[in-house]
Amino acid sequence: MTYDIILTGVGGQGVLSLAAVIATGAMKQGLEVRQSEVHGMAQRGGSVVAHLRIADAPIPGDLIGKASADMVLAMEPLEGLRYTGYLKKNGILVASTAPVRNIPDYPDLDELLGRYTKLPSYRLVDAEGLAKQAGSAKTVNVVMVGAASSFLPVQEAMLKEAIRGLFQAKGEQLIEANFKAFDAGAGSAS
Amino acid sequence: MNEKMILLGDEAVAVGALHAGASAAYGYPGTPSTEIITYLLDHHEHDLAVNWCANEKTAYETALGTSFAGRRALITMKHVGLNVAADPFMNSALLNLKGGVVIAVADDPGMHSSQNEQDSRFFADFAKIPCLEPVSQQEAYEMTRAAFDISESFHVPVILKLSTRISHSRAAVVPSASRSQNPVEKATDKQNWMLIPALARKRFDHLLSIQKDLLAWSESCPWNRLEQEPASSTAVIATGLGYNYLMENIAFMAERPSVLRVSAYPVPENLIRRVCEDKQRIIVLEEGYPFVERLLRGILPVTVQIAGKMDGSVPLSGELTPDNVRPALGLPAHEGIAADTGALPGRPPQLCAGCPHADTYNAVKEALASLPSGLVTADIGCYALGVLPPYSVPETIVCMGASIGMAKGAAEAGHENCVAIIGDSTFLHSGVTPLIDAVSHNADITVIIVDNETVAMTGGQKTILPSSRLVPVIEGIGVDPAHIKVIEAHRREYENNVKVIREEIGFRGLSVIISVRECIETARKKNREKGRTA
Ligand code: SF4
Repeated sequence: MTYDIILTGVGGQGVLSLAAVIATGAMKQGLEVRQSEVHGMAQRGGSVVAHLRIADAPIPGDLIGKASADMVLAMEPLEGLRYTGYLKKNGILVASTAPVRNIPDYPDLDELLGRYTKLPSYRLVDAEGLAKQAGSAKTVNVVMVGAASSFLPVQEAMLKEAIRGLFQAKGEQLIEANFKAFDAGAGSAS
Repeated sequence: MNEKMILLGDEAVAVGALHAGASAAYGYPGTPSTEIITYLLDHHEHDLAVNWCANEKTAYETALGTSFAGRRALITMKHVGLNVAADPFMNSALLNLKGGVVIAVADDPGMHSSQNEQDSRFFADFAKIPCLEPVSQQEAYEMTRAAFDISESFHVPVILKLSTRISHSRAAVVPSASRSQNPVEKATDKQNWMLIPALARKRFDHLLSIQKDLLAWSESCPWNRLEQEPASSTAVIATGLGYNYLMENIAFMAERPSVLRVSAYPVPENLIRRVCEDKQRIIVLEEGYPFVERLLRGILPVTVQIAGKMDGSVPLSGELTPDNVRPALGLPAHEGIAADTGALPGRPPQLCAGCPHADTYNAVKEALASLPSGLVTADIGCYALGVLPPYSVPETIVCMGASIGMAKGAAEAGHENCVAIIGDSTFLHSGVTPLIDAVSHNADITVIIVDNETVAMTGGQKTILPSSRLVPVIEGIGVDPAHIKVIEAHRREYENNVKVIREEIGFRGLSVIISVRECIETARKKNREKGRTA
């Protein structure tokens, strides 16, 4: 089993923390993980992409090939569409609907979201709305992990353990808020 | 010990150095090498000297001192940093190193965050020293450890060649038992450490004489591995990360070829001869320049068919990927989803909202707008992002510190209103010496030091000297205090800043303007840390 995920968003959105939750959960489950990150100039407010590879056997490299990803997980709808070339035939695009409009020529949002219907398999998530409902706008990333969770080869309990580990230092309240956010994301499938 | 750690490749190098008994680590921040020193600084519990240095050259020389005192030192830098350290690096190959010296150089093929994609294997070859090239985080750990041993057994420095995908990718690493540090014990063979011509000649002869030993080491090194498939007419030679992408695809090939993996240099010539024996087609996959391929092709005609970067089978520029090696391996592209989701606007990196550099650029732009002609040289750092609209101010960006010398050159060529823009850390890295040139010839230029009080681009490391020391340094060099101006890079100071910049550009002589305001990312990080300790 190999499960390849392209994670994307805009620099500053916390794409790496999103990757960290899934990677940590996978490792807790005893799976092999390789996760490539972006640092330096590429990070500054531009399009950001991280490759996360999960398998039950040693993984040869850090990069996922084109048309090879099982999932593109996007913190931002425009960035999600940018990486559809990575999706394999039965791959899914899971994306947050909240735009980051830091460029002058950002497309009309409805038109942009409309383009998703051309994909064979996708899930759009109102991550910001769900995060607010869960009690903290800061939990958008965890909402997205929740939204992706039913497709991942990682058990929910492992992902939650990873969330607990990551937010341990910040107190029980934040852990609970993140669990709620996770459940909200997981329940968002329509 | 022996417990799995989840580490970035860079962090694996740091842990490898710790476990190899390194007594010191020196470097200058540079993507993708930065996290090696960052990790060591964050793990203070270990008893070793860890410093950011003014530049790669000073880092290198400091490490040579460690070696002379008998102990092990790690030096870290990005690929272009080795250009800065090239002088001590090349010469150190002639020394009789005592404590091991390992240079972790992180290449950036594809230029994710760099101005070129030079291949550090050429530097190892140039200096006639060994080079190791890990393809996994585990190997980054193991090779770092081995590199120290190799350095001490041959008494030469060893390059550990990293690349973006290894440095900045996380995986599990299983460490092994630590070795203790060497005792402090000065080298007693001074004649092997003083490179005056008479002695240097002997040392160079010695370096030449050990080449056969280095070759013998690399021929039998477990990281150069030969897997022969006698039935196949094809051999693949894969160096560095090329091996990973071969492994990613090999199962799709119609017939399994013979494979030589090369990750230790000097180039193992014998292994190459062996893998190529009786083959009709040789495929070469190399992360970086076609280093081995060029040797294979030589100048005289070859009888076998060679596919690689030099015949266009593999792209000559950029990094290798699991996809772009497929044509050379005779494989078609993978088929993905057919959906056409239309064209999308690009989203290049940009200055953070509220960045102080934006305020400086706006003021410089306005100041220059009223002049008939201006010329702006810039430098390496976040402010390089000012090349994009709406600022579009810099006209040149070449290498660390180049802005000041280039402005002086342009002014002396007869151009008016030459402005050099350089960051505080870049200035201290290699802007001070060209400023000395400018002082000594009273160059008619205006140097603007954009002082954000940090090394921002690489994640907010502390600048080697605090901002408060910039003015005394500049005065000390001899810049006229009447033309050293400190302004605040803030919107509310806009009018005043434009005025000051315009006046100093108008002054026929050397001026230095320090435009100060802390990087907002760094300020945020400090606040977060404060919040944690409060
Ligand atoms: S990191 Fe700091 S210096 Fe760099 S663009 Fe952002 S605010 Fe500006």
